[in-house]
Amino acid sequence: MTSPSPSPSAPSTKRARITAVTSGKGGVGKTFMSANLAAALAQRGERVLVLDADLGLANLDVVLNLFPKITLHDVFTGKATLDDAVLAAPGGFWVVLAGSGMVEYSRLTTEVRDQLLAAIETLAPRFDRIILDTGAGISDVVLFAVSLAEEVVVVTTPEPTSLTDAYATIKVLAAQQQRRHIRLVVNQVTRTGDGRVIRGQLQQVVDRFVTPQFVDPTTPLSLELLGDVPTDPAVREAVQRRQLLVEILPGSAAARAVGAIADKLRA
Amino acid sequence: MPQTILANAESPSRLQLQSALQLLELGGHVMPPDALCGSPEWLQSVIDGLCNLSSRDALTGLANRRPFELALAREVDRVARVGEPALVLMADIDHFKRINDTHGHPAGDQVLKSVAQTLIDCVRPMDTVARFGGEEFAVILPNCPAAFGQTVAERIRRKVETRPIAVAPGVQVSVTISLGGAYAPQWVRSSAALWVERADRQLYLAKAGGRNRACLESTAVAQVSAEEKGLLFSTSQFQGFLE
Repeated sequence: MTSPSPSPSAPSTKRARITAVTSGKGGVGKTFMSANLAAALAQRGERVLVLDADLGLANLDVVLNLFPKITLHDVFTGKATLDDAVLAAPGGFWVVLAGSGMVEYSRLTTEVRDQLLAAIETLAPRFDRIILDTGAGISDVVLFAVSLAEEVVVVTTPEPTSLTDAYATIKVLAAQQQRRHIRLVVNQVTRTGDGRVIRGQLQQVVDRFVTPQFVDPTTPLSLELLGDVPTDPAVREAVQRRQLLVEILPGSAAARAVGAIADKLRA
Repeated sequence: MPQTILANAESPSRLQLQSALQLLELGGHVMPPDALCGSPEWLQSVIDGLCNLSSRDALTGLANRRPFELALAREVDRVARVGEPALVLMADIDHFKRINDTHGHPAGDQVLKSVAQTLIDCVRPMDTVARFGGEEFAVILPNCPAAFGQTVAERIRRKVETRPIAVAPGVQVSVTISLGGAYAPQWVRSSAALWVERADRQLYLAKAGGRNRACLESTAVAQVSAEEKGLLFSTSQFQGFLE
């Protein structure tokens, strides 16, 4: 398996767009979203790499049914090169997996920070987009990974605890990273259009409690809805078969919703 | 003085050097003996002395804006790289104009000097205390855990409040101080200017809240209050989720 190398004619300044996918709470379908979004973007002609930035509790390998011989752990410990760790995933994109044994990296030290930064810098010229599949919550590893991205996508479900945690994450990103634009994906909605209502609710609370705290409140924080994904038996089936929804059941409502999100992300 | 340095008695550069030497003497800078005048050692001493002069506030002896900005930029860099918590405090003497109006400007100067000394006494040697301008001071506290910030700010506030200042024979005044503080965002590239602005905003809140108090930006931004939750779940869709 080889990763794409820049064609000789490609300008050397070309650099991947870095998109962080994160969530306030675990189990909202963040990794499912990263993987299927990557596949949908690959279907649209993008060269995409998903980097498992959930160092402490990575499960991209499980979602993709990959049994990686070489992981980020091996790169960090000098047992393998970064090139060896770039693996082709089933959906026509590439992945760098964290692998187990990364628990020791769940705390951010200067070494981990430098290693992660170096890995991304090396990979960035070779892809159109790097998706950072981060952990949930606001640990320093998550916040650091998100700080490396140009754009951040917060995944939530309509469930109140997930929504509260998504709001807490948004608050921290606004306060600590001066984020003024954050994108939302609402997963597991019962009706199409629920995503719009939820974005509206979050925006209302942000306008009241977050933006007024800014040093410059005249540039408010805006939340953009990338889309919502309905609860769909097709998702369960794909997850159980450990395959990509957009590949095996592309006609399902959820797969079409993921496609629409990919289109909006590219717009 | 040797001919090599001061050859043309009336040249502008000679006049400048002379006034520089006067400034150094006034500032208490000890020069090498005259016999060494013009030697590398002597020149180094002039440079060191002038650097020191240009980085200190003449009245209080604290760092002035120049070394403060340098230290701030260095600290922003370090926090982004190492992730250690660092606090910047902005402090402003309350109703300072009243001191000047009531007791005269020399009294005001005494107050500034005393508060400067109190600030120095309240922090560690590794911290940078600067006169930011007028009656405003700034302190950079590297490696300051969130739990200690409020304690340090409160210590400064109390010390200033309780320390009498002799402004003339037999005349003592006391002043209070308002403080605002903010932590540098850890692990994140940020700007020094924004950091100071955030601390300044807290200082403004301390003033607006009645002065003689310390306001630190909350580090617990991740907490979601009941009011926020109330608004978040205020549509019919969420009825029944809230107690």
